Amino acid sequence: MTVYSFRLYVAGQTGRSQAAEANLRALCESHLPGGYELVVIDAAEQPGLAEEQRILATPAVIRLAPLPQRRVIGDLSDHQRAAYALGLPERPGPTRQGDEE
Amino acid sequence: MNGSDMIERLATGINGFDQVALGGLPRWRTTLVTGSTGSGKTLFAVEFLARGIVRSGEPGVFVTFEETPDDLRRNWASLGFPIRQWESEGKWVFVDASADFEEAPVVGAYDFGALAARIGHAARRIGAARVVLDSLDAVFTRFAEAGVVRHELARIADSLEDAEVTSVITAERANEYDHVSRYGVEEFVLDNVIILRNVLANERRRRTVEIVKMRGAAHRTGEWLFTIDPRDGFVVIPLAFLVPPFARASQVRVSSGNTELDQMCGGGFFKDAIILLTGPSGAGKTLTCLKFLAAGLAAGERCLAFTFDESREQVRRNSAGWGIDLDSAEESDLLRVVCDYPEVASLEDHFIRIKRAIEEHKPERLVIDTLSALERIVSPRALLDFVIALGAVVRQHGITTLLTSAPAGRFTPQLTPSIAGEIASLTDATVTLRYFEYGGEVRRAIAVMQTRGSGHDQSIRQVTIDSDGMHITEPVAGIAGILSGAVSVPAQDRQADPPAPGSAQPDG
Repeated sequence: MTVYSFRLYVAGQTGRSQAAEANLRALCESHLPGGYELVVIDAAEQPGLAEEQRILATPAVIRLAPLPQRRVIGDLSDHQRAAYALGLPERPGPTRQGDEE
Repeated sequence: MNGSDMIERLATGINGFDQVALGGLPRWRTTLVTGSTGSGKTLFAVEFLARGIVRSGEPGVFVTFEETPDDLRRNWASLGFPIRQWESEGKWVFVDASADFEEAPVVGAYDFGALAARIGHAARRIGAARVVLDSLDAVFTRFAEAGVVRHELARIADSLEDAEVTSVITAERANEYDHVSRYGVEEFVLDNVIILRNVLANERRRRTVEIVKMRGAAHRTGEWLFTIDPRDGFVVIPLAFLVPPFARASQVRVSSGNTELDQMCGGGFFKDAIILLTGPSGAGKTLTCLKFLAAGLAAGERCLAFTFDESREQVRRNSAGWGIDLDSAEESDLLRVVCDYPEVASLEDHFIRIKRAIEEHKPERLVIDTLSALERIVSPRALLDFVIALGAVVRQHGITTLLTSAPAGRFTPQLTPSIAGEIASLTDATVTLRYFEYGGEVRRAIAVMQTRGSGHDQSIRQVTIDSDGMHITEPVAGIAGILSGAVSVPAQDRQADPPAPGSAQPDG
C-alpha cells in the first residue's frame, strides 16, 4: 500500500494554522486511513526549513510521497478541492455511498 | 503628520543619490523604488546593500522574487561586488523567493507568514541594517489574489519598520509617466517613493531619478540625470550642490601661458578659477589651450586635457607646431591628454570619464576643448547641467580650468546663443576672441570680462598670431560693436589710421 507523506508548513500558532492542520488530518483520515505520515513545521520556529523549500505563503502542504511532489497553498477549507489538488485517492468504503446518484 | 525634524537619514552610499535626497533615505523606513523595465531598479537595490557593506559595514538581506541568487551573484560581480564572499562573511544573505517551479494551487485562505518569518530570521541572523525586496511584481504574477498579496506585503513592510531596518522595495511601472506602479504597491508604501525613468530623447537614452515623496523630509525635487557606469554603477548627476560655491576662493595667481593675457586679467588667472574661452574656429582657442597647458607643465603642475574636436595625431601636430612637446610631458606622467569623439558616449558618461580622470590624475590644470562639440549630442539644458556638475568637481579640487566654446559660425560673433550666457555666469572669467573687419582686413580681437574680485583690463585689444604664438597688442580704438558683431566706425574716427599691431600696453 502506498504511504502518503506530507509536510505542512504553517507560520505561528494561529487560527489559520490550526484550521489547516485539522483539515489536512481530516482529509487524510477519510482518504488514507492509517496510510499516511504528516509532519507539521512552524516556519516561525524553524525558518531554515521553510527556506529550504522556499515557502512563501502559508499554510502550505507539500506531498513528498508518492512522487511527483505536489504543493497546495491555503487552509484547505474546501475538502473536495484540497483532495483533488493533493491527488488523494477516492475515499474507501461506505462513506462514498451517499454520494451516488 | 509632521515630523520633519525627527526623520533620521541613512546615507545610501549610491553615487550622487544622497545629495539629491539631502542625506539619504529615511532611516528605519521603507522606500518604494519604481520604474519601467530596464530602468535600473535592481541595480539600485543591489547597490543599496552593497554600498552599505562597503561604506559602513552594514549587513543586508536581499529578498529576491524574480532573479535567482546565482544570477544576481554573477550579474553584479562585474561591478566589483563580491556577493559570495560577503555571504560567507555574514554581511549579505539572500532570501530566495524566486520561483522556478509552477506555483501551487490555492485552496482556502493563506498569508505570507513563512516569508515574513524567513526575512525576519535572516535579518536577525546577520544583524541586518538594510533589507531589499526585488521586485514585487513577480509575487503578483504568481498569486491571483492581488488584494491578499498587497495586504501581506504591507504587513511585511510594517514588520521591517518595526524591526528597525531601512528597506528598499522595487516594483514595476507600465509607463514612464503614469501610475506609480503596476500593481498599486504605492497604496501601502505610502511615505517614500522614488521613480526611475529611462526615456529616449533625441535618439539618446536619458535616465533620470525623481524623489516623488519622502515622508516629511526635505529632498530635491524634479528629475535628476543618472547614468549606469560599468565601473561606478549607479551615478546621479549633477553634483553641483555638493560644494559650497566659492568656499575657499584662492588669491593665488597662475599664468595663462600668455604674458599679455595675464596682464589683461590683472596678473594671471586665479588658481581655482574656471575660465570660459569663446571664439570662432581659427581665432586662437586651441593655441591658447596649448599655451595654458605648457605654462602649467613648465611650472611642474599636473595637467589634464580633454579634446572633443581633434584626434590625438592632430593635437600632437598642432602642439609640435607651437614648439610644445606633449609626448614627453605625457611620458613623464605630468600630462594626460584624452581625445574623444562626443558621439561615443552620452554626456553623463563623458562627465563620469572626466570626473574619474580628475580623481586619478589629480591635475592642477584642466582643459576642455570644446564644449560646443558636446553640444552636438545633447540639449543646451543638459550641457548647462554638465558644466554645473563639472564646476562642482573642479572647484572641489581647486583646479584651474579652461573651457572653450565656439560660436555657430566663423564670423558670427554671438556665442552659441542657447546657454552661453548662463554658462558664462558660472565661470570666473570669460575670455572672448573675435574676428572683425577693418580697412579691408580680417583682424582678431580679444576681451576679458567679469574676472572675479579683481581689476582687469576693460579694453578690447588686437591680437596677432605668428609662429611664436599669440600676441596681444594695443586696444582697438574707434571701433564699436566688435563683441556684438555689428561693427561700426564712429564718424569722428573715420580719418584716423586703423589700429595697428604694436607693443602691448598693459594698464591693469
